[in-house]
Amino acid sequence: MSNTAQGQILDFVRGRFPQAELDAAQDIFALGFVNSLFAMELVMFVEKTFGVTIPNDELRIDNFRTADSMAELVDRLARVAA
Amino acid sequence: MTTSRVTDRRSAREFVDAHIVPHADAWDLDGRVPEDLIRKASEAGLWAPFLPEQYGGAGMDMVTLGEVHEEVGRGCSSVRSLLTVHTMLSWTVQRWATPAQREQWGPALASGAALGAFCLSEPGAGSDTSGITTTATQTDRGWVINGTKKWTTGGQRADVFLVFARTASSIGAFLVPRDTPGVRVRPIEEILGTRASMLAEITFADVEVEREALLGPSGFTAGMVLTGTLDLGRYSVAAGSVGIVQGCLEASAAYAAKREVGGKPLRDLPLIQAKLSDMVTDARAARLLLAEAGRLKDEGDSATLMATWIAKYFASTAAARHASEAVQIHGANGFTPDYPVARFYRDAKVMEIIEGSNEIQRMTIAGQADREKP
Repeated sequence: MSNTAQGQILDFVRGRFPQAELDAAQDIFALGFVNSLFAMELVMFVEKTFGVTIPNDELRIDNFRTADSMAELVDRLARVAA
Repeated sequence: MTTSRVTDRRSAREFVDAHIVPHADAWDLDGRVPEDLIRKASEAGLWAPFLPEQYGGAGMDMVTLGEVHEEVGRGCSSVRSLLTVHTMLSWTVQRWATPAQREQWGPALASGAALGAFCLSEPGAGSDTSGITTTATQTDRGWVINGTKKWTTGGQRADVFLVFARTASSIGAFLVPRDTPGVRVRPIEEILGTRASMLAEITFADVEVEREALLGPSGFTAGMVLTGTLDLGRYSVAAGSVGIVQGCLEASAAYAAKREVGGKPLRDLPLIQAKLSDMVTDARAARLLLAEAGRLKDEGDSATLMATWIAKYFASTAAARHASEAVQIHGANGFTPDYPVARFYRDAKVMEIIEGSNEIQRMTIAGQADREKP
């Protein structure tokens, strides 16, 4: 289990798709397995794991394209909440 | 006399035994749930108790909500189905609507002053949601919706519809009041089960709604609205299925204790005992799966999605199986409206179809098997 946000997000995605070889900068949408079910799982995971609420206007594809971009979103939301 | 508030399984059971069980067979024959019961459900706070207190809800947790829906399902699947679709719409408003919309609709949804219904299936598309053809076209003032929805539970009675329609980029969820010009409701009658659920076919002909009628995000996460709404509907259907199994168990145990064969009660026969033991076991197993899905929802854990699929699959197949066995235990009596098992038998079948057919569920659950391999 990783301690960084990127690492935790990657662990989650790899857990859902064990066959995928991923790194933090890789576009998960380009791999072709993102559907509405996984999108919801991913958003719920990020909100629960990092204690943030993602507003509608942040639910954009660019915020979820890579583990790095999701970690940046978490960091931004955490700073707003602080 | 004012009806007591439903706050947990025990108070739900009391409400169901007092106000639903004695009348469920009559409503089934009549093909509708009466306004008197809808009013009593409002007084009891049954419609959307999970909404926050600021909107008149009770902030009920999901585990307790599942227990309440189970109890209602034990009494009458038609009433439970009205609760299910109202829950789906109310949750979607709470999760995705603007603060102004929540202020507008929340109190009415919590009190039952406005009943909601869920419009997804169409004449040519059910579990295959990608096949829907209803469209929502963006205009300068908002949206124009065109299409026909079918099998809308509660559609004959609902005041507001949650309509899923194809936009230029995705499938969007739209809040459409029943009295909007262009909305036409046609009752669907003489169905096999849940006969009092007031099904309707609803046509939307150039229905104009404001820009804010579209709930939730657009783009890749737009599907989350439908996924989340169906997840909660599936949870309620799973709960209702547990209720059917429990109803079959209680009716069958009572009948087997009273009915004699060769001077002995039916319950002494090993083959009857086998049926009853399976009912006891499956009711408990299904209830535990439901509670696990509810606990994960309360924790905001994404694992609730799969847990709910599994609970609904297990509980609905158990309901259909045990409703059949309950009729078998009752013999010819089970074929009559004198006992509730005939209604359970008819109601149970649709649980394997709605909120995602069991075939679709098994395909989804099979994906979990792949993730659990060493």
